[in-house]
Amino acid sequence: MILIKCPYCGERDQSEFANGGEAHVVRPQNPENLSDKDWGEYVFFRNNPKGIFYERWVHSHGCKKWFNVVRNTSTDQILKVYKVNEKRPDLTEFENTLRSPSGEPSVGSGNFAVKK
Amino acid sequence: MKKKYSIASIVKNSLSDNENWGKMWRNPNPKKHYDIIIVGGGGHGLGTAYYLAKHHGIKNIAVIEKGWLGSGNTGRNTTIIRSNYLWDESAYLYDHAVKLWENLSEDLNYNMMFSQRGVLNLAHNEHDIKEIKRRVSANRLNGLDTMWLDKNEVKDLVPIMNTDNLRYPVLGAAYQPRGGVARHDAVAWGYAMRADELGVDIIQNCEVKGIKTDNYKVEGVETTKGFIKSSKIGVVASGHTSVLAATAGVRLPLQSRPLQALVSEPIKPVINTVVMSNAVHAYVSQSDKGELVIGAGTDGYNSFTQRGGYDVIEETVRAIVELYPIFGKMKMLRQWGGIVDICPDASPIISKCDVEGLYFNCGWGTGGFKATPGSANVFAHTIAKDEPHKINAPFALSRFSDGRLIDEHGAAAVAH
Repeated sequence: MILIKCPYCGERDQSEFANGGEAHVVRPQNPENLSDKDWGEYVFFRNNPKGIFYERWVHSHGCKKWFNVVRNTSTDQILKVYKVNEKRPDLTEFENTLRSPSGEPSVGSGNFAVKK
Repeated sequence: MKKKYSIASIVKNSLSDNENWGKMWRNPNPKKHYDIIIVGGGGHGLGTAYYLAKHHGIKNIAVIEKGWLGSGNTGRNTTIIRSNYLWDESAYLYDHAVKLWENLSEDLNYNMMFSQRGVLNLAHNEHDIKEIKRRVSANRLNGLDTMWLDKNEVKDLVPIMNTDNLRYPVLGAAYQPRGGVARHDAVAWGYAMRADELGVDIIQNCEVKGIKTDNYKVEGVETTKGFIKSSKIGVVASGHTSVLAATAGVRLPLQSRPLQALVSEPIKPVINTVVMSNAVHAYVSQSDKGELVIGAGTDGYNSFTQRGGYDVIEETVRAIVELYPIFGKMKMLRQWGGIVDICPDASPIISKCDVEGLYFNCGWGTGGFKATPGSANVFAHTIAKDEPHKINAPFALSRFSDGRLIDEHGAAAVAH
């Protein structure tokens, strides 16, 4: 269970919110000029990192406002919450503590977050 | 081969207190080079190695697993098997798997405990009825044994179900008698044992850290036990597939989410079929030990923590208790999560990609277990021949640019 700090209402349980997937995905300005592959890329392909992830949330059972969150998907730790009109925070702001590309200890597939 | 398990061997080994059965598979150190490397030692990966060795005569194969065999979603699912999917492509793929399931214990001489106890998909409102009846009709056109049952017939099959006195009454169901459950660990172990006999190296506790490519061609994998060379790599890593693909510069339309399941304390037999409901999100079966095996939904956000939130379990248990009031005072023993890779159209990707020698079998989302033998079988074909089998040709990665999606959101086990 995650606590999310809505920038307008404060800290609330995650079940009050709905996730809107990856943030900062920009709709192409010239869809008529794109190849099928590029258009498919925009419609269906999203980043899916094990680690730092920029995502959108909406406080659907509260103020109903959208905002952005930076979260570590390997631990569910929320690193930053910011409003949609604010600048995307730089990746270097967050210390990436992942030990391997998949984010887990080199031996065993136990849960990194729980083991820690 | 295949002499390992017989009545004689059981008697013989019982005389020595079952101490001398021996190891089911070797534990070799990785060689420097393999013809084919399979990344992921779950049912799909081990099955792929088995079919590659058995049907395609390739012996120099390694299966590389980060943890122990079946430690991922193979050991975490609710073991439901069925093939009642809406579209032709899916019906062929999933029924190919069910047909293989039917003979798998014999093929591997290892008991899969495959039990065709039937699967019910409940309808709770007018829309469900229309949607499910349409699916039943589509299934029958494809030769599947699905049928529509009205409320009384459902009640006859599952007498403990509360069909009337609840917010979303049960109005009927689709029923597939050939569906059922199997023992999940046995699938991994059975395939592993027979693949090992055919010369496949199964390398456990070895994490693939990255896929090395040169000019759109695979060269091998970097692992915690060093670099291993290979010109063909099959990635079957469920939730972590997109992480591995990224190391080779390949983007996949996958999102990884936790999917939870839970089991209750064991009780006497009360439910002898599998009951699923998409609308209220509850599905339940009873294991041979007597535990109720309950599948919950996916969490509403991407995560690689194998836990999931309690609100998701609460929602499922609420629906279970309303559908089966007699379960109201039962205790749940265990709860866990697995990381599933969800595709935009809720259908898998079994495909080549832009990188030569790199193959993906992923995107199974919330329902990959049922397809294990079929998926492994066609994926082995795809890798060996460097072209898809006609069953998995529609499940290519290219469908996300040419628009030929196979939308199975209605038939997938979990609404997502």
